[in-house]
Amino acid sequence: MSDLRDLYQQVIMDHNKNPRNFREIDDANHLAHGNNPLCGDKLVVYLKLEDEKIIDVSFTGSGCAISKASASLMTEALKGKTVTEADAIYQQVHKVMTGESSDRDLLGKLEVLSGVKDFPARVKCATLSWHTAHAAMDSDHDISITTE
Amino acid sequence: MSVLNINAIRDDFPILHQQINGQPLVYLDNAATSQKPKQVIDAVSDFYQQDNANIHRGVHQLSQRATDAYEGARDKVRQFLNAASDKEIIFTRGATEAVNLVAQSFLRPKLQAGDEILISYLEHHANIVPWQMLCEQTGAKLNVIPMTQSGELDLSDLDNLLTSRTKMLAIGHVSNALGTINPVKAITAKARAKAIPVLIDGAQAVPHMAVDVTDIDCDFYVLSGHKMFAPTGIGALYGRETLLAAMPPYQGGGDMILSVSFEQTIYNELPYKFEAGTPHIAGAIGLGAAIEYMWSIGLDNIAAQEHHLLQLATDKIRALPGVEIIGTSANKAAVLSFMIEGVHPHDVGTIFDQDGVAIRTGHHCAQPVMAFYDIPATARASFAFYNNEAEVEALIRAILKTQELFS
Repeated sequence: MSDLRDLYQQVIMDHNKNPRNFREIDDANHLAHGNNPLCGDKLVVYLKLEDEKIIDVSFTGSGCAISKASASLMTEALKGKTVTEADAIYQQVHKVMTGESSDRDLLGKLEVLSGVKDFPARVKCATLSWHTAHAAMDSDHDISITTE
Repeated sequence: MSVLNINAIRDDFPILHQQINGQPLVYLDNAATSQKPKQVIDAVSDFYQQDNANIHRGVHQLSQRATDAYEGARDKVRQFLNAASDKEIIFTRGATEAVNLVAQSFLRPKLQAGDEILISYLEHHANIVPWQMLCEQTGAKLNVIPMTQSGELDLSDLDNLLTSRTKMLAIGHVSNALGTINPVKAITAKARAKAIPVLIDGAQAVPHMAVDVTDIDCDFYVLSGHKMFAPTGIGALYGRETLLAAMPPYQGGGDMILSVSFEQTIYNELPYKFEAGTPHIAGAIGLGAAIEYMWSIGLDNIAAQEHHLLQLATDKIRALPGVEIIGTSANKAAVLSFMIEGVHPHDVGTIFDQDGVAIRTGHHCAQPVMAFYDIPATARASFAFYNNEAEVEALIRAILKTQELFS
């Protein structure tokens, strides 16, 4: 059985307590609301895109340690990336967290999120922010996405 | 000390004797669904192995046996609720369907734009949404009895909330999210004094205490089998006979007719008028067996054991720093909602599960209650009479482990 410590690693706990880029972006040009009605988790992902590059990315909202840490790690991973690069990271993270791919090395720092695949009930917590960011990138107006 | 032999009772529940993640299962999610004793499982199994046939139609012996068992179960529900007649007991898929039946069949034909339906802040979604749908269909308005910080109904303004336009009062007997036991008899008396019909959602009450619809004097009372040790997909509606008799059928087909021609259908008598199609025969028999089982334990003994566990767990949790109990009514059923400071309830649920402790985390389908406390969710431990003191200790250990992990 997977150990709880695989899920709640130090990095996760640190990002939960001190989420990075936990703020609004006043001049964000892409925005999406994420909502998991089953949990009541809600977050907003803000993106500032210039010439297909993510100049700034942030999030606000509330959720469990897994969803908060995942969102925090996501903002760090996406900042400075082109939309194409960000999309590739999104796809890779999604595959690893849902158990579709076992190539954890591709994730680099995001590897800490891979433990969540052993806790199926928690996968949606970890993927909410990524789905929301993906939706924000794809749209230039405020949209809502829902996972359940 | 309990008057019950809990070890012997636990032997009746096969599911309790297993390990989860290498630890003995501690099942504290009874408010979501209860476990089933062998007596219920056997009743369902025996029916399919020996008596299975459709009811009310066949002239053969199996059909007669199935009919007798099904109608026998109805009579047990009647006795269980102390209703006057078997005609007042309608089998449904559950409490939710029963609420919808009353909303659509009883109230909808009476309702006009501007009329009011009164519910309470403590309701779970099944006793909110059907009424909301009805309001959308008719232009009626939903009013809400407010709640207090301790999780009780604030009844100070009830007289004004029960207006001349109020066409229904629908209220939960016990809050699933907080455990609060509402004073339904007193509330019903106020409504009935103004000739306002009353529906009581008893899904969370019947597993924990003796319920007497005649004493409460309500017009409708709904329950779910699966929360009271019976199968899923079966429940019951109690309705006052005069009201049920005047109501149009809810669904068409099957047993609810006396005769059908393309010109006219004559509806069957009560209670069959409301049981369209082949019903959940085995489920009803299982519900009857669950009632028999609860009687064999004793409803007062069940209430006493659960009160003991709730008190024990409440005292122990209150002694822990950093843990807050949500819902502190003086009169509670065995539901304990809590928050561990700095830890989201979903993380609590995962950590508990690693120790085999099954609790519910989330909004418990009672989002207005969560909104009242401005929290997204709670962790909820809910007890049944088969839980024991060792399981309360396991709950406390799991809380301490969670706090340590998040420290």
